[in-house]
Order: sequence, then structure tokens, then C-alpha cells
Amino acid sequence: MPFKRYVEIGRVALVNYGKEYGKLVVIVDVIDQNRALVDAPDMVRSQMNFKRLSLTDIKIDIKRVPKKKTLIEAMEKADVKNKWENSSWGRKLIVQKRRASLNDFDRFKLMLAKIKRGGIIRQELAKLKKEAA
Amino acid sequence: MYHKRGLWAIKAKNGGVFPKHDPKPKPAAPVEKPPKFYPADDVKKPLLNKRKPKPTKLRASITPGTVLIILAGRFKGKRVVFLKQLSSGLLLVTGPFKINGVPLRRVNQSYVIATSTKVDVSGINVDKFDDKYFAKQAEKKKKKGEGEFFESEKEEKNVLPQEKKDDQKTVDASLIKSIEGVPDLKAYLGARFSLKAGMKPHELVF
Repeated sequence: MPFKRYVEIGRVALVNYGKEYGKLVVIVDVIDQNRALVDAPDMVRSQMNFKRLSLTDIKIDIKRVPKKKTLIEAMEKADVKNKWENSSWGRKLIVQKRRASLNDFDRFKLMLAKIKRGGIIRQELAKLKKEAA
Repeated sequence: MYHKRGLWAIKAKNGGVFPKHDPKPKPAAPVEKPPKFYPADDVKKPLLNKRKPKPTKLRASITPGTVLIILAGRFKGKRVVFLKQLSSGLLLVTGPFKINGVPLRRVNQSYVIATSTKVDVSGINVDKFDDKYFAKQAEKKKKKGEGEFFESEKEEKNVLPQEKKDDQKTVDASLIKSIEGVPDLKAYLGARFSLKAGMKPHELVF
């Protein structure tokens, strides 16, 4: 019931609204009750409302407002990218993106593969049922 | 204005005088006889219109070999291979016939979704197909004899001339070979497209 993910310097967050939608950013400083100074390796450091951020479990070890170079080093050391891509949340987003980018032909091949998989599962189930009977 | 147009520079280049070209000698115009007849009233002639319409601009996503989805008509939902754009602007398209029953046919660009799947059509010669190839044959005039009314209904239904069937076969032969080279493509072209639950056309990538 208590909060587990806190807004703190070094907290990695996902942007969920606006131009930077879908990017992972690091909270680098807190401006006031509503806004944070936020930074990522491929964007200009800027302020963002907390309402635009979804906090993740990942935290990196940085001092308040580090230089870009230090920030990038700290992110490499904490291996943010791999931790994110292996987390269930990160994997879900990757799958969603892949599904959205499917071609019409890809969707057809996917349908064939699903049918094939269902057929194999049903065969196995029938075998097991027969043995149990 | 004089300075802005640089007339002073042109004059200076020409030695203080504005360059003047004498009119070219025109060939003598043929002698026109005065007309024998003047109409009583002056009738206004409409202005001449020399505009020639250009063929419809082909969407950049449609190139020879693209798989298209036909959206309207007898073959709606069928996935079909694009061959070339005819001079009227319509797209020449083929099933191939053996795969999905769509013959060599013309289709309008507006009734088509272009997918990003491409088939190799480099070996096919489509130069002989143009809009005249698809024109309707002029019907013979039916005799108006009464006794022949009932019989004339049983006249030959439009049988496709053997020539068109052969054209279809030659175009499809090399197409089918390149289609069978790609796994599942034959089944893909044989299946119809339809929107299922949860598919949002504006979010789909084709």
C-alpha cells in the first residue's frame, strides 16, 4: 500500500504525453511542486510537469543537475537501456510497437502462424485427454 | 523605377542609346479574298480551349509489382498485383487469374489501397496493353423480326476471345513463378482482405 517509486534525483521516468511521448528520461532536479528538470542522452534538458511522467523502477546514481557527459556515463553504468528492455513494462511496449508496425502481409503470416500453433496445441491436448481417459 | 530596372546600365553597354532591333522581315501573307456571304447576325464564338487533361498522378506508393487491395466492385477485398498505369490514368492489374480469379483488368486508383508488399515483375512485357484493348466490342445490329426475338436471346454470351486468354496466360506465367518464390505469398494473394474486430484503418500500416 505505501508508495514504492519516489520522485528523486536519478529516477528514470517514461514520458506519457507531449512531443517526447514514449521516451525514457531521468529526473535531474525538482523545480517546484509540479515540475521537474528532466534530461535524456538524446534531448535538450528541459522542464516537465510530473503529470507528464510515469515513474519506473529504475534509478541511477547522480548528483543534482549533472553534466550531460556524467549523466550518460551514469546511465551506462546502471545499464538503464537493458534493464528497461528486459522489464515486463518495457517488453510490453516493444511488442506493442512491433504489432503496430506490421504490414498487411505480415498480419496475414501472423494469422497463419496462430492457426498452426492452435492446431498443434489442440493435438497435444487431445493426446493427453486420451491418455487420461 | 528607371534606376531600379537598370535601364541606365543597358544604355551604357550600348553606347548611350537603348538597343533597338529592327522587326524581322515577315514572309508575305497570302492574299485573302473578301467572303461572298456575311451572316445576318453577329454570333459570338466561344473562346478556344486547347487544354489537354494529364493522366492522373500516380501515388508514390504504387510502383510496378505492388500488391494492391481492391475496395469496390466485383472483386472487392481481393489482393492483386499492379502492372502499369494506362494513358487514361487507370491502373492495369492482374490477379494473377489462377490464384484469385482476377483477370487482366483496369482499376481506378481511388478504389485501391496500396500495400508495401512488392512482387518482382521485371520479366513481364506489358507494352501491348492499353485502353483500346479493353474497349467493348461494337455489337452487331439485331434484326427486328418477331420470330427471331426469342431465339436471339440465346445468342452466344460474350465469349472471351482466345487471344485474351493467351495474353492472360503469358503475363501470369512469369508472375506466378516469382510469387511462388516468396513463402505464403500465394495464399496471401488468394485470400480476401477484411476488417476484423479491433482493426482501426487509420492506425493500420499497409
